[in-house]
Amino acid sequence: MSDYNFAYLDEQTKRMIRRAILKGLAVPGYQVPFASREMPMPYGWGTGGVQVSAAVLTPEDTLKVIDQGADDTTNAVSIRAFFERTAGVETTTATKDATVIQTRHRIPEEPLSEDQILVYQVPIPEPLRFLEPRESETRKMHSLEEYGLMHVKLYEDISCHGHIATSYAYPVKVEGRYVMDPSPIPKFDNPKLGDMPAIQLFGAGREQRIYALPPYTQVVSLDFEDHPFEASKADHCCAICGVDDAYLDEVIVDDAGGRMFVCSDTDYCETRVTEGQTEESVA
Amino acid sequence: MTPLLSVHGVTKHYGNHLGCADVSFDLYPGEVMGIVGESGSGKSTLLNCMAGHLAPDMGQVVFDTRGDGPRDTLTMSEPERRMLGRTDWAFVHQHARDGLRMGVSAGGNVGERLMAVGARHYGDIREQATDWLERVEIDAGRVDDRPTTFSGGMQQRLQIARNLVTGPRLVFMDEPTGGLDVSVQARLLDLLRGLVRDMGLSAIIVTHDLAVVRLLADRLMVMKSGHVVETGLTDQVLDDPQHAYSQLLVSSVLQV
Amino acid sequence: MYVAVKGGERAIENAHAWLAEERRGDRDVAELTICQIREQLSLAVDRVMAEGSLYDPDLAALAIKQSRGDLIEAIFLIRAYRTTLPRYGASEPVETGSMSCDRRISATFKDLPGGQVLGPTFDYTHRLLDFKLAADGDVSDSPSVEPDLTEVPRVTEFLNQEGLIEESAFDDTTPPDLTREPLAMPADRALRLQALTRSDEGFTLGLAYSTQRGYARNHAFVGELRIGTVAVEMDIPELGFAVEIGEITLTECETINQFKGSKTEPPQFTRGYGLVFGQSERKAISMALVDRALRWEELGEDNVGAPAQDAEFVLYHADNIQATGFLEHIKLPHYVDFQSELELVRKLRREAGADQVQEAAE
Repeated sequence: MSDYNFAYLDEQTKRMIRRAILKGLAVPGYQVPFASREMPMPYGWGTGGVQVSAAVLTPEDTLKVIDQGADDTTNAVSIRAFFERTAGVETTTATKDATVIQTRHRIPEEPLSEDQILVYQVPIPEPLRFLEPRESETRKMHSLEEYGLMHVKLYEDISCHGHIATSYAYPVKVEGRYVMDPSPIPKFDNPKLGDMPAIQLFGAGREQRIYALPPYTQVVSLDFEDHPFEASKADHCCAICGVDDAYLDEVIVDDAGGRMFVCSDTDYCETRVTEGQTEESVA
Repeated sequence: MTPLLSVHGVTKHYGNHLGCADVSFDLYPGEVMGIVGESGSGKSTLLNCMAGHLAPDMGQVVFDTRGDGPRDTLTMSEPERRMLGRTDWAFVHQHARDGLRMGVSAGGNVGERLMAVGARHYGDIREQATDWLERVEIDAGRVDDRPTTFSGGMQQRLQIARNLVTGPRLVFMDEPTGGLDVSVQARLLDLLRGLVRDMGLSAIIVTHDLAVVRLLADRLMVMKSGHVVETGLTDQVLDDPQHAYSQLLVSSVLQV
Repeated sequence: MYVAVKGGERAIENAHAWLAEERRGDRDVAELTICQIREQLSLAVDRVMAEGSLYDPDLAALAIKQSRGDLIEAIFLIRAYRTTLPRYGASEPVETGSMSCDRRISATFKDLPGGQVLGPTFDYTHRLLDFKLAADGDVSDSPSVEPDLTEVPRVTEFLNQEGLIEESAFDDTTPPDLTREPLAMPADRALRLQALTRSDEGFTLGLAYSTQRGYARNHAFVGELRIGTVAVEMDIPELGFAVEIGEITLTECETINQFKGSKTEPPQFTRGYGLVFGQSERKAISMALVDRALRWEELGEDNVGAPAQDAEFVLYHADNIQATGFLEHIKLPHYVDFQSELELVRKLRREAGADQVQEAAE
């Protein structure tokens, strides 16, 4: 522990953030403005997620932090160390042992439960941002439910590429109302967003927004009837644990361009290996 | 018969300057109303007040909605008004750039209104877009090209297709032939006349070009310094103008 | 068999150790002290205080030392530290009219009550490297006189008495606090000025310069620039009156801008305003120009589409801590998203028949 208040932020600030979280849970998918504080890590490196985690953590919690699905990527290590130092909470790499999971760019493969909270780090919370740069205009579009432009973008993708050319941060519609950016998770993870038993919280520090999905929320990835959404991944098995339905990283293994595919969720992969679930047939 | 649009006492000031004063008229389904006057006469202010782009200081703009019958569009909530704006109403701008998304393909431009009202079948949207391109005499092969690669006349025709694709019941047009060459104007007018006749469109056209209203409008309203100085059937006003200003307007055209 | 990369924790620790060593540099050279930085790099200290939004020269000097002289990094350290400070209350508005000025100049009048006071300025120095400083930086005392304790009147007040400049309306409402509430558009002038006073000096300078070159030109004259100390007073509820709790150095700039007028209103000069912690006159003048450009709407001017007129553009991009964080975050691992893109591009290329072309070439 240190001289800082539990989880770095003072209690007033945490209350302010909790109010934003509650509002977000009450209006799923709606971006709640909040007075983001300056954290001791740079904007863009998870300050939104860190503030949300700080606001929901209790001393009894067990925290897991992942970046790209892995517990030992540098930024995940750095954020975990931050909470070890400022909150003194227990940390884990095991998805099932964690009560709060902060993530960047992935949803764990292991299904989450009602006792867990998943906190996403969000760089650009506004799904309409690259269609319309003005915040004042996009807020109006949300409030009036004017999402035609979003579909124009998808239409243009198909007319140009034959497919919807969005592979991550794939926009979703929440409970038939708000169009939401699920943060830059690969679209492979999109189906896990809906009907999830765990609470999902999204924090964007630099952009000063918090939004949320309460448990068992309906989340639909945008698409066309004749070009339905498709969750895709590399067409391979994990070279370590042999799983064929988890998201894979491509690793270049030699100068000749040799490559292999391994699980992006390192805990999931290790657990399968220790529990002896690997398939012998894997090359 | 219920008027499609009923305008009562619409008045708009810009500070001390008068935009338009106490304008009232009825527009019946299938009718085309022309509003003429020189620049500064208040005709564009009036059009923008009616179309919900400007808030008038006074007056009512009552539209016969599909669901609830006649409603004052000025006191509607913004979502309702915007919904009208992308379903039953259409607005053709003088400059096609103002009415098109220049970074989006022709098909996407025409399809936007369909998608805004819930169309979610790519194939159908594209088919309708292609169909509309042909109706406005744009080669269907250009469906994936951006409007930036189109000529001025084509851009204007694309804007018209984009507006008419959802079958609006009322079309507002602001100098639709304004920025175009004379030969291109003729072709566009011809096309517009065909569409108005085939679709039975109701429209309000603002222009300073009497040739446009002669060809398209059933009735005419002449405006000067914010006031309506004369109204009547198009032929009547053009052939036998009563107000001194209308006479001047008509004669100045004849001199050309 | 392949084993996933591990050891992020050790790598980070080692990197930090190396960084500490690099920061210290050659150990045969004496270590910098905080006082040295505070006293001899005082303009850097001022910038860190201004953009860090925390007036504490010692902490700013420490931040500069810790950041190896990277001022944005130092500002970042100060901002993060600021987050942890409890807030006991707010001061009374400082009265810059009663500033004890070290410097006070006006470009609009040759001479005026209170006089032109140049103060410690680079303005008329010839920018020649002074090699004596490399050897021995000793300076002789500068000439001094007894300070004149009378209040220095404001230049814009002279114009105001004649009604030649727009009245700045007195407003006693508590301004919004950018560090306690999310930035919301449209932002009123108080909020815009708050954002500008802690905005990146380079960004603000560039914007201000763009207005001078015609992107929303507003013909600014420096009506007055003053640098000096003001008292900070705080109302103590138990006492029922305000007491002085300290003194800070500020730079204030008021510009006098193009008159506007219409058929109904006679022409009048308008104002732009800049106020910055420390001695930071480049920043204060830049701020005043950008402030004036952002006021186009209230003054009934045309929006010519210039960047400096666009409050959303200016305010959302002026903060260097937000900007540098987001800019630099693209060096964090993004391989999951990249993998997703790889799969998509491969699929699209496969469908486009690009693979066959490649195979034929091989």
